[in-house]
Amino acid sequence: MFEVISNQQLATDIFELTIKAPRIAQHHRPGQFCIIRAAQHCERIPLSVADKDSGAGTITTVVQAAGHSTQEIVRFQPGDYLLDVVGPLGQPTHIGNPKYAAFIGGGFGAPAGYLMLKALKDAGAELLAIIGFRTRDLVIYEEKFHNVSDELIVTTDDGSYGHHGLVTEPLGERLANGESFDLIMVVGPVVMMAAVAEVTRPYGIKTLASLNPIMVDGTGMCGACRVTVGGQTKFACVDGPEFDAHQVDFRELSERLKMYQAGETQAYEAGPHQCKVEPRYWQVRENDG
Amino acid sequence: MDNKERMQLPYQEMPELPVTQRLAGPVEVNRGYSEQQALAEAERCLQCKNAPCVAGCPVDIDIPAFIKLIREKRYTQAGLKIKETNSFPAICGRVCPQEQQCQEKCVVGRAGHEPVGIGHLERFVGDHLIAHSQKPSRAKPTGHKVAVVGSGPAGLTCAGELAKLGHQVTIFEALHEPGGVMIYGIPEFRLPNDIVRHEIKSLVDLGVQISHDTVVGRTVTMDEIRGEMGFEAVFLGLGAGSPRFLNIDGENLRGIYSANEYLTRVNLLQAYRDDYDTPIRRGQYVTVIGGGNVTVDAARWALRLGAQTVTIVYRRSRQQMPARIEEVRHAEEEGIQFQFLTQPIKFIGEDGDVVGMECIRMELGEPDASGRPRPVPMADSEFTIDTDLVVIAIGARVSPLVPIAVPGIELDESGHVIVNPETLESSVPGIFAGGDLIPGEETVVRGMGNGRQAAQSIHQYLIGRD
Repeated sequence: MFEVISNQQLATDIFELTIKAPRIAQHHRPGQFCIIRAAQHCERIPLSVADKDSGAGTITTVVQAAGHSTQEIVRFQPGDYLLDVVGPLGQPTHIGNPKYAAFIGGGFGAPAGYLMLKALKDAGAELLAIIGFRTRDLVIYEEKFHNVSDELIVTTDDGSYGHHGLVTEPLGERLANGESFDLIMVVGPVVMMAAVAEVTRPYGIKTLASLNPIMVDGTGMCGACRVTVGGQTKFACVDGPEFDAHQVDFRELSERLKMYQAGETQAYEAGPHQCKVEPRYWQVRENDG
Repeated sequence: MDNKERMQLPYQEMPELPVTQRLAGPVEVNRGYSEQQALAEAERCLQCKNAPCVAGCPVDIDIPAFIKLIREKRYTQAGLKIKETNSFPAICGRVCPQEQQCQEKCVVGRAGHEPVGIGHLERFVGDHLIAHSQKPSRAKPTGHKVAVVGSGPAGLTCAGELAKLGHQVTIFEALHEPGGVMIYGIPEFRLPNDIVRHEIKSLVDLGVQISHDTVVGRTVTMDEIRGEMGFEAVFLGLGAGSPRFLNIDGENLRGIYSANEYLTRVNLLQAYRDDYDTPIRRGQYVTVIGGGNVTVDAARWALRLGAQTVTIVYRRSRQQMPARIEEVRHAEEEGIQFQFLTQPIKFIGEDGDVVGMECIRMELGEPDASGRPRPVPMADSEFTIDTDLVVIAIGARVSPLVPIAVPGIELDESGHVIVNPETLESSVPGIFAGGDLIPGEETVVRGMGNGRQAAQSIHQYLIGRD
């Protein structure tokens, strides 16, 4: 059982939860994710780790309340217990030793880049961060990205804040002006990651995309998260989630994400909120012997 | 009664749920012997001195002895007799392929009659033990600590045996509920979750601790387990956790599942229930590819999820199906169809969803490495099956978590952990492995046998350190 320490709404439908999970906080490396099952009836939801504090034993994740089970997660308040949090899962980012790197983030996926940038900064890299949102009200993590990057560009699709347009535009300009990056990381909607891959491809810049397919166990057991990378089937949960963006079949990933679309558009009827968790049958209470 | 008379006694059929009542949900199909049936079936045993049935049992249950105790109506003693070598009779009595093991060697069967229903009798006494269970007394603690990774048949058995010897055991389980394949894989209509949960609870009563949501190598490292956490020995029972795919065109279309995913969604995550969020596609024309028990399990679940037709597509013929005869019979009774000697070569999609499967007919050729006739494609025999949901159930590889859990552990070319066959110790001293992590029959009972064997080796290993 995992205690919620704080739950802050960052934007419409977007919440930042800090959760007590000392083992995950201790072992998490940038690029790795966790899976949360809020209550017994919920799906297992894979989520990026947006921040952590190994001293306090907490991890922070940003959740978009989109389906039933994510709506359930964001209803958890400080003092409530999430039923299951497992991780860290997946391969850590191979940071390497880049001199100049860029992070491109989109929407509620952007916070996944924060710890990557922090690690890159610790490794001595100069950093450009470009984070894009639909509109001003959805801009999140601006200050955190400002703190870990040398330069931050915020874009909005409707021009209500920062650069008017898509994240690919400022990136494309930099590349066209002869700036060169040793590494570009991208996390966000599939269409954005695919677009970034096409922008960097002609320049041959190493570009890593952190993929977000449907998952179940997160340990390589089910194959729900299979993606095609360089013509090979890979499991994002154990082989990824980061892959060479120039090799990823984004069209297939986008199609596979629609697996249950019909079901998820149903109106959400909130059931009784389960936040006080009883020990499970194999868990012995302290004085139970 | 002499043997000739005993052989004339009628075989007691397992009572089954009528087909018309089966498809509403995951209700167990086999209902279990009544006491009268168990007594009648026990009379059919010849009590052979050389007991060939025991030689067919992977865990050496003293079969004539437990059947004799049933005859004497000493059911608890019969159960304890089984438990001398097999901790979970209620599970094995349900899922062991007895017709290929103990019952295959039964003298009554060899004489042309139905063999003694050893499995049904085992289940009877297993269920009796559960109905009359008492909290076990705990052994005197030895002070030794053992970690078990994975809580399937091998891990649970190993944990139970070590706990009985007084060792302090913690099981690390990656999923949110223990039980391994018995919880996420085998459907409730064959093995009710409550049976598995009861057996796990009995281990907890013995003092076994279970740490769920714990991925060894990720949530905790092996260095921590063997270092600051103080575990002196480790048993790896992570299972065959990686599904095989066909590697043919269109396999990543929507509507194509691995059996692991399909069964996990419906068994572990209860997708069949309206009060659970777990989504699952409910196909109308379902195709399940493969020939094993997992294939049949997925096909039978698809029917229960409302499919109009369910077809099992297998590249060999009925005689080579590894699935249990009883499961295949249940599947046929329920209306599942079979396309034997058929191999998918390509999936056909429409707007990203699977709509069909191109297949080719096979014929049987010379035996292959498995000893079974090799299926060979027949020229110009391609045809198409219309299908809107496909489950691929063609087996699994060793869990990819093994080298993450134990960096540097030696694996063979197929990914199995290399162990000393006598002790099941891996290349890393103090780390043992069993079940589907090492080569052999992929059955629950083989995993349990390995768990038991490893527990004995671990006990010796710990004693040697005293």
